[in-house]
Amino acid sequence: MLSRRWRGTESSPASPGPAPARSRFAVRDLLAEAVAGILQRPARSVLTSLGTVLGVGAFIAVLGLTGTAAAQIDTRFNRLTATEVTVEDTGGRDADRVPLAFPEDADRRMARVNGVEAAGVYWKVRLPPGETVRSSPADGGDGAVAQTPVVAASSGVLSAAAPHFVQGRGWDAFHDTHDQSVAVIGSSTAARLGITTLRTQPAVFIGDHAFTVIGVFDDVQRMPDLLLSVVVPRSTAERTWGPPRDERARMLVSTELGAASQVADEAALALRPDHPEYLRAVPPPNPKALRDAVGGDLGQLFLLLSIVCLVIGAVGIANTTLVAVMERVGEIGLRRALGARARHITWQFLTESAALGLVGGVAGTSLGTAVVVGVSLHNAWTPVLAPLTLVSAPALGLATGLLAGLYPSWRASRIQPVEALRR
Amino acid sequence: MPHTARPAVIHLEGLGLTYPGPPPVTALRPCDLLIEHGEFVSIVGPSGSGKSSLLNVLGLLDNPTRGAYRLDGVDTSTVGDHQRAALRGRHIGFVFQSFHLLPHRTAQENVELALVYRRTPRRERRDRAARVLARVGLAHRAHALPTHLSGGERQRVAVARALVGEPSLLLCDEPTGNLDSETAASILDLLDQLHADGMTVLVITHDKDVARRGQRVITIRDGVLSEGRTILAGAPC
Repeated sequence: MLSRRWRGTESSPASPGPAPARSRFAVRDLLAEAVAGILQRPARSVLTSLGTVLGVGAFIAVLGLTGTAAAQIDTRFNRLTATEVTVEDTGGRDADRVPLAFPEDADRRMARVNGVEAAGVYWKVRLPPGETVRSSPADGGDGAVAQTPVVAASSGVLSAAAPHFVQGRGWDAFHDTHDQSVAVIGSSTAARLGITTLRTQPAVFIGDHAFTVIGVFDDVQRMPDLLLSVVVPRSTAERTWGPPRDERARMLVSTELGAASQVADEAALALRPDHPEYLRAVPPPNPKALRDAVGGDLGQLFLLLSIVCLVIGAVGIANTTLVAVMERVGEIGLRRALGARARHITWQFLTESAALGLVGGVAGTSLGTAVVVGVSLHNAWTPVLAPLTLVSAPALGLATGLLAGLYPSWRASRIQPVEALRR
Repeated sequence: MPHTARPAVIHLEGLGLTYPGPPPVTALRPCDLLIEHGEFVSIVGPSGSGKSSLLNVLGLLDNPTRGAYRLDGVDTSTVGDHQRAALRGRHIGFVFQSFHLLPHRTAQENVELALVYRRTPRRERRDRAARVLARVGLAHRAHALPTHLSGGERQRVAVARALVGEPSLLLCDEPTGNLDSETAASILDLLDQLHADGMTVLVITHDKDVARRGQRVITIRDGVLSEGRTILAGAPC
């Protein structure tokens, strides 16, 4: 019979009474109560966690996209740019007197530097007025190609830029030193000039000078502007048009991997031990610095945005939890009457808001990851997301929820059961 | 019918409650009261008489400002807040006028809630809740939401919730206040049955008809308790 149990079990021995057992709230029950609290208003819970979803989603998307973009930069820089040094001819204080600071044997001097694979001098030739690039010696009628730039380049440039010849070949040191009137041109320029085959030994006319085309290339690894130019040997250009005038010469140096900075340090001295100040070597940009710069500019803005989102999310959770606390004053009073301690109430509401934050965080992580993958797919990039970011993002949501729940749950614990049960 | 072997369920000695002002309001004048196991006691009084104050003190929801309150022999003034919470949960079953059922939980879950704060294993919780629901005649409604229950059924769920923890005192605050007279009678019949099975029942009400159900009727007026014509002050009853 129930009656026997009522009489028997729960009463304590005679006074002065022993301390009664404490109220307990098992973790599993706490979680169950919190989940029930969230699920009893599903639509509101979804809306509440939306702020966290957006905040965490933005967080993931920003970190993911900057990481992905940085990885793209890395792969671009790793192979080619990291092995490219440009030496600029500044002329120093004698700039007016010395139009070309690179010595004639610049290619060979530079090639002797440890770590250099190939090096060559080039400049853009300024043609006298009225002289253009044409496919025939006749006046500039049909075959004239206006504005085709002419680049003077030593044979080392062809080695360093590594053009891919579809026909013919580049020139070498022999052409360089023997004033050969030869030229190599990009395939699109060749098409414009009407040059389809080299069997007929076609020539291009620059002003009145004929240059035999000995090579047509369709791709270069460095100096993509060569693709649209007519490239002639340095010595020939110097003899025909004189030293560079508007733009001073430069040297393109391709180095072994990792040697670029060292080569840049030594270049000026190796080329002009007498006047190293005439030359200035530009090492490749540090990819790490560049990546940081990219991450810095846009990333910081969006990180700020995602933090704003998170704050809004936190305020949303705090607000809703506070409203829920006010709505559930009766429930809180009842729980206190059933033996809950004030801290049990705190835990319950804190767990509810933390769970809302966690759910928002997980949803946001998924959303952000989807955005990163989607954008990467669209741009044919490799999506890069640090595993630590993925793990920490739901934790970020959890922390947001916890933080947001502090005040409401404190308020809940302060509710006096007397007041609550009177309703 | 005193059980000499056991301490009284409720033992008040010179207990009084004064709300600090300004101006201070005396809600309960110092009084003594003894309620033994198995008694059915009604406390009746008009609103503003100090009923709620007495309920709060008896239910360990409020602290008296003077005197001593022994619940099942435990001096409640000497225990800390967390122990008061435990005492409340284990020794007192509350029944409220407005039921205070959680609207999104089934009757069964509402009853189980009373066992959540004492680490009763889940299975045992389910079994005990089902048993108590059957006891109050609601076995067939165990999985209904409160919103789908009638007023009388809701109050039965609330009684079941109060009983499931096997308290030594069933503390009912206007248990029929929100019910029509017929339903109210059935709830009071239920309380009668529980009393007949040995439960200590204390009903606080303003309704003299409800109060008449008790073996003892204690009147409260202006914070003064009296039983019959005896004023319960200064001397044990």
